Amino acid sequence: MVKGSLTMDQQVVSPETTTIRSVVENPKITSKDVCVFYGDKQALFDVNIDIPRFAVTSLIGPSGCGKSTYLRCINRMNDTIPIARVTGEIKIDNQDIHDPDLDVVELRARVGMVFQKPNPFPKSIFENVAYGPRIHGLVKGKTDLEELVATSLERAGLWGEVKDRIHEPGTGLSGGQQQRLCIARAIATKPDIILMDEPCSALDPIATAKVEELMMELCENYTIVIVTHSMAQAQRVSQTTAFFHIGYMVEYGDTKQIFEDPQDKRTQDYIFGRFG
Amino acid sequence: MTDISQTQPTATHDWTSATARRRVRRRYAADRRLQLYGIAAIGTAVALLGVMFTTLIYAGYAAFTTTKVELGVFLDPEKIDKDNIRSANFRKIVRDAFLSHFPDVQGRTDKRNLSKILSSGAVYIVRDYVVRNPDKIGELVTISVPVSDPFDQLYKRIIPREIQALSSDRILLYRQLEHRDVLSVQRGVGVVKTTLFVDPAQVPKEGGVEAADYQRMINEAFRSFFLSEPSLSYREILSPSAAEALKNKVVANPELVGKTIEVNLPLSANYDNLLQKGEAKIRNPRFRSDKEFAWFDSLIQRGLISTPFTWELFFNADSRFPELAGLAGALSGSFLALLVCFLLSFPIGIATATYLEEFAPKNRITDFIEVNINNLAAVPSVVFGLLGLALFLNTFGMPRSAPLVGGMVLALMTLPTIIVATRAALKSVPPSIREAALGVGASKHQVMLHHVLPLAMPGILTGTIIGLAQALGETAPLLLIGMNAFIPSVENIGLTQPAMALPTQIFSWADSPERGFVSRTSAAIIVLLGFLVLMNLLAVYLRRRFEKKW
Repeated sequence: MVKGSLTMDQQVVSPETTTIRSVVENPKITSKDVCVFYGDKQALFDVNIDIPRFAVTSLIGPSGCGKSTYLRCINRMNDTIPIARVTGEIKIDNQDIHDPDLDVVELRARVGMVFQKPNPFPKSIFENVAYGPRIHGLVKGKTDLEELVATSLERAGLWGEVKDRIHEPGTGLSGGQQQRLCIARAIATKPDIILMDEPCSALDPIATAKVEELMMELCENYTIVIVTHSMAQAQRVSQTTAFFHIGYMVEYGDTKQIFEDPQDKRTQDYIFGRFG
Repeated sequence: MTDISQTQPTATHDWTSATARRRVRRRYAADRRLQLYGIAAIGTAVALLGVMFTTLIYAGYAAFTTTKVELGVFLDPEKIDKDNIRSANFRKIVRDAFLSHFPDVQGRTDKRNLSKILSSGAVYIVRDYVVRNPDKIGELVTISVPVSDPFDQLYKRIIPREIQALSSDRILLYRQLEHRDVLSVQRGVGVVKTTLFVDPAQVPKEGGVEAADYQRMINEAFRSFFLSEPSLSYREILSPSAAEALKNKVVANPELVGKTIEVNLPLSANYDNLLQKGEAKIRNPRFRSDKEFAWFDSLIQRGLISTPFTWELFFNADSRFPELAGLAGALSGSFLALLVCFLLSFPIGIATATYLEEFAPKNRITDFIEVNINNLAAVPSVVFGLLGLALFLNTFGMPRSAPLVGGMVLALMTLPTIIVATRAALKSVPPSIREAALGVGASKHQVMLHHVLPLAMPGILTGTIIGLAQALGETAPLLLIGMNAFIPSVENIGLTQPAMALPTQIFSWADSPERGFVSRTSAAIIVLLGFLVLMNLLAVYLRRRFEKKW
């Protein structure tokens, strides 16, 4: 079941100093000493994670712990914040994403992102999905585009619900449908990686269940990194989990191991409800 | 838990106490007061607006109709050369045609006065008619031509045939005389009983009483009568024959010299009318004789006078004659100036706002630029006019009075409005849309062009149209660059041709002495307001239309 099998190289449990460096065989994303600064304030301290391919990785931790900040490093969304500064090294398929030769726009097409609040464009459902492929020139001709939109919506599990009203505004859908539309939009640009920043926090339990189901399906073909506040969700959908705490990546491992046998005191406290 | 219980007050608040109830009452009263202030403010604003519109419409409606006379003109082929129509003496043709309606009017003066019932523009209207219809030469045609301003105003009952002869302070003098009980009517003539000293000093040795200065004696008497009016001349009140009457009396009784006598002196015509008829009226000085009224009345009786809608108001150029003056020049000038203003300020404004809002680094220079743009919005428009005069006209040598320069000056004025509105509109686009677009790999300019600007467009358009509406009503900067030129023709319309604008046209009409320009001015203001309302409706429409996409 767990595709990205994980072996712990070392586990340092000293309270504030360092994070656990874990080694994944053939990882999709590797991070080395990633630090993020907002102005003078450091938000992330030396994060080292190797994220396995074709699996769901959860980032959990209390609010303000830096998990979203780390997520936004992967597709360099932090670049859009003027005061943000990222140091360290992140590689996707052994390609440094901070390489000056790498086009950040292309990176973001290859690393799709789904946000906390469903944010479809105020355009039709079709236009929402078609926008990415169109600006990147992924398809030639109208039929190809229509087919790509249909498959993307199909994969996002939305096709059946919207196929009759594909030219109606995407903002007219329900919250859960909007979020799945955003997922369809993200996968339409044919990314390898999908980043999800608390994708279910604005959804009701039924919509959440659908999105979770979708994630588990999608990880057959995509590498998914999800930030979540819900530990139950992390347990349900993810194979590996990283626990963040005030800017440090405290512990990283198999989801099962993190939730059943956390090594670090802080992880234990958080998971067993002593804080957070 | 322990912390909380300690901070709780020991005695609970009594919500039913008299103080508490009073506080509630005061709160309700304050709420009601606030509401009342608001209603009062809205009421005042609406009332003032109502007063403004009522005044404007009351003063301006007359200009929307023109008093015209059906003029039968025989286009004599002997007088009009088919090949050179413009060289014909239309002045004479029109005059003769009009005089032919009144065969019994003889004499040069009467004929001249009669022909002045027609507008001076009638000549050109007939000429233009013949130029347009050369095949009518040789026929008797009926052309509707406007009457001159005084008769237009007379027919619309804006000016009366007779006006009060005496001003209110002169009537006050009359009331003083009345109060002293010195007025009476003797043998059908109003007289004032005057006590005067027949001054021997005014009787010369040679000539005697025949040559005495009786005017001076009467003046002396009147001065002492009306001490508050030291410069008063008796001629204001008394008939010019008063001195003659006094002379006759003294010549008949030379022994009166050196004595103080009482004498009845005849009142002047106006005061006589006031005494005998209770009112003093004279013919309105705008008309030369009572005959003019008779002539005009006969035209009315013959059904030749009509008041059609004044299309000329929109299709004529400016004129010195109010019955002919129109807004065509001003409308085209304003349109061209606004077009230039829009073409300059819209792209520049959006580009500036976009750069400042989305791309510019936050540093001292951009802060400085920002503050200055905001301040620019508060700079009086006349300063922009001065800038235009100094820079565009004097330094760059651009043409004076041209809509191009007018538009450039107005663009300077409109830019800050558009920039501020655009920035506000860009700010109001939710950041989630930008993130979404960035998330699918849109570049910065794609995010702007495909997502942010379309969403901000309603706000931008609203700001732009409000800015343009302001520019449309702006007078001062246009006056400074000479866009108040008198342009009596609409033949040369162009960006670099001298032109008027609506507000400067209003300004120049308001300055004109002819009575007809009073209503023309108000009508022009109504037209201007109409355009402003249209522009605002357009803004509302565009906003609604673009917002539908959400």
